[in-house]
Amino acid sequence: MLRVDALSKTYATGDKALDSVSFTVEAGQVVGLIGPSGAGKSTLIRCVNRLVEPTSGSVHLNNQAITGLSRKQLGEMRRRIGMIFQEYALVERLTVMENVLSGRLGYVSFWRSFLRKFPAEDVQQAYALLDRVGLIQHANKRADALSGGQRQRVGIARALEQNPELLLVDEPTASLDPKTSRSIMRLIVGICQERNLPAIINIHDVVLARQFTQRLIGLQDGKVVFDGLPSELDDSVLTRIYGEEDWTAIEGDRAEDAESAEDESVA
Amino acid sequence: MSSSPGNSSAGYASADAVTNTDYPTQWRRPPTLVKDTKLRYALIIGAIVYLILAIGTVEVNWARVVEGLDRGWRFIKGFLQPDFTTRWSDIKTGMIESLTMALTSTVAGVLISIPIGIGAARNLVPPFVYRICRAIIAVSRSLQEIIIAILFVAMFGFGPFAGFLTLSFATIGFLSKLLAEDIEVVDKSQLEAIKATGASWWQLVNYAVQPQVTPRLIGLSLYRLDINFRESAVIGIVGAGGIGATLNTAIDRYEFDSAGAILLLIIFIVMLAEYSSGYARKWVQ
Amino acid sequence: MSTDNTSATPKEWQHRTSKQRLIIWVCWLALVALTVYCWQVMTESTIWAFVADAPRQAADLGARMMPPKWSYINVLWVPLWHTLNIATLGTLIGVALAVPVAFLAARNTTPSRAIVRPIALFIIVSSRSINSLIWALLLVSIIGPGILAGIVAIGLRSIGFVAKLLYEAIEETDITQIEAITATGASRAQVVNYGILPQILPALYGISVFRWDINIRESTILGLVGAGGIGLQLQASLNVLAWPQVTLIFIVILATVVVSEWVSAKVRHAII
Repeated sequence: MLRVDALSKTYATGDKALDSVSFTVEAGQVVGLIGPSGAGKSTLIRCVNRLVEPTSGSVHLNNQAITGLSRKQLGEMRRRIGMIFQEYALVERLTVMENVLSGRLGYVSFWRSFLRKFPAEDVQQAYALLDRVGLIQHANKRADALSGGQRQRVGIARALEQNPELLLVDEPTASLDPKTSRSIMRLIVGICQERNLPAIINIHDVVLARQFTQRLIGLQDGKVVFDGLPSELDDSVLTRIYGEEDWTAIEGDRAEDAESAEDESVA
Repeated sequence: MSSSPGNSSAGYASADAVTNTDYPTQWRRPPTLVKDTKLRYALIIGAIVYLILAIGTVEVNWARVVEGLDRGWRFIKGFLQPDFTTRWSDIKTGMIESLTMALTSTVAGVLISIPIGIGAARNLVPPFVYRICRAIIAVSRSLQEIIIAILFVAMFGFGPFAGFLTLSFATIGFLSKLLAEDIEVVDKSQLEAIKATGASWWQLVNYAVQPQVTPRLIGLSLYRLDINFRESAVIGIVGAGGIGATLNTAIDRYEFDSAGAILLLIIFIVMLAEYSSGYARKWVQ
Repeated sequence: MSTDNTSATPKEWQHRTSKQRLIIWVCWLALVALTVYCWQVMTESTIWAFVADAPRQAADLGARMMPPKWSYINVLWVPLWHTLNIATLGTLIGVALAVPVAFLAARNTTPSRAIVRPIALFIIVSSRSINSLIWALLLVSIIGPGILAGIVAIGLRSIGFVAKLLYEAIEETDITQIEAITATGASRAQVVNYGILPQILPALYGISVFRWDINIRESTILGLVGAGGIGLQLQASLNVLAWPQVTLIFIVILATVVVSEWVSAKVRHAII
């Protein structure tokens, strides 16, 4: 369970990215974080594992505070939190396997990781995860030899290799085509259900968010302006989050998406 | 992406379904640089053998090194507490020679480099001009400053004039080559557009090439000025004027505090040159 | 800078352009004046009779240098081997020392921007400002003549060159890849090993080979100040005015430089 209390972040430039954000995420719940560009979605996700240092407020994972940990403790906390990135953030010049194994870095000593001598169970798990995301035959390829969708699958495997207690997902589909985006979202949500993992998915595509998440949090200007079920997300809420716009196109897409999703799941 | 067996979430019931005894327990990173195993081992063994042989040629006179430690320490002290005053008049003369040599040789070098650089650009000149200019560049680049300085000192006598000629000569090779490369990548469409107006060759150079190349030429000239100053500290060792001669004398006499002062001055001027050329380049662009 | 505005341009622009043009003209004028002044200062002590005599001297020198004394080549093999060793071992030392300096100097990896980074930058600029021949001069005076002084001189000169290019490469690394490794809970050393090193390794190889090529060129002349290699033979031949030997040494140096340039280009091509 993740608990965020009155989290605020003001950057050194004076920009207030987050303004007293509070919410909790239960185990197994997949939460979509929506909002316009610059609303603070990315900052919020990064404040959870303190890639960005929050200015005030607290974050607890399974009743253990993340905010206020020392550098070393933070490393031990971060290894419990898997993160999936926009643009995949794989280390391009390393092999797929090294990228997945890098999920264990928080658990092994420097020399072990330097010599690439990971424990047997870590290697087995890495192979199993690569099989799970359908890339086992690519284990020895360099990450930059893969397509966008494949790279994001490696990114997912890397996060899961950590055996995380929480998934942070930052715009996982930002650079993927619509079909690949859906299969990636399905994979992430499926894995969260299998493992009863809580997840926060930062996503700009409202249609995808509505289709795949169980709960949506709308951010606007660093504040939570909506927190509810995807079905409650109507035109007035969208206007509150994003501003005035003709939302009928999205409503139209919604029906199509439902259809195409069914098509895909057959294939 | 064709095969993604885990696409449906129904495949696994619980989180620990991925217990993994069927999978390999070992993974070795595939070799990155040399894929062929035999060749890789051959290269590694070759490198080790070479290193052993090479280190074997280093004859160290340890008694001399130990003796030198004291001098090394004095050099470091001299560097930290430089003595500008004792040899100030020598340092001043040397510095003025170095600076004037650096500036005049850069200006002369740039002036000569421009026609040679244009001549060495394949897209502007007939092949025989191209070959001549490339040959000049090759000669200038492959001979080191110090060797040219030795020859020029033998011809023109000791002093900064030989140094000036040396640095000008070296500048030509450096700048012409880079200039020619810049001209060769000049936007073709612009060249064609100007050609289409029926412009003469001179107009072509003036209107299509010059505007595109000038800012970089200025940047490169400033960089070369910096290099020429640094080189001027070296060619003095063989008698071609500049601060190098003063430095050589100071070190020969074990006057490390004066040597430290000279080195600090060189470092300071190089730093100054780097910062100001950074500003100048921004201003030009 | 060269395109002139015609009458169609608005007045304000024309005004500004002419002001800019004025500044540019003043700059050029100042440069010309400075050059002329420097020329005068520099040539104050030049004896023009010698300069006028130069063509005759050149002809005389040419006559004395030709033909090269080919038999002398047998004396040169060992010094040439030493030259190669000075360059290679010096490059290895230089690279080994440059890597930590580069990490201390790069904005994104330095432990402290206020203290450590300026020190690292000063090491880089000092090493870069001082030519390897001057380093050799110093080292010969400190640890005595020989190959060791040459190796250390080449190494010290290489630190600045390699570290400067490398720290620029470190600063250009993709931050998201580093962030991703940090987010796994990796330690600082592991982040460097997995996040940064793979990104800069090709640059490091390329820079090292490039520097090795330059070092071959520089180590051929280190002997002039007693730091070993083929330059020792050059110095000895110059001292006794044995010009045919000097010619042969020049030819050998030239050939070495050409070969090393070719090797370096091939290796860099193979790596990158």
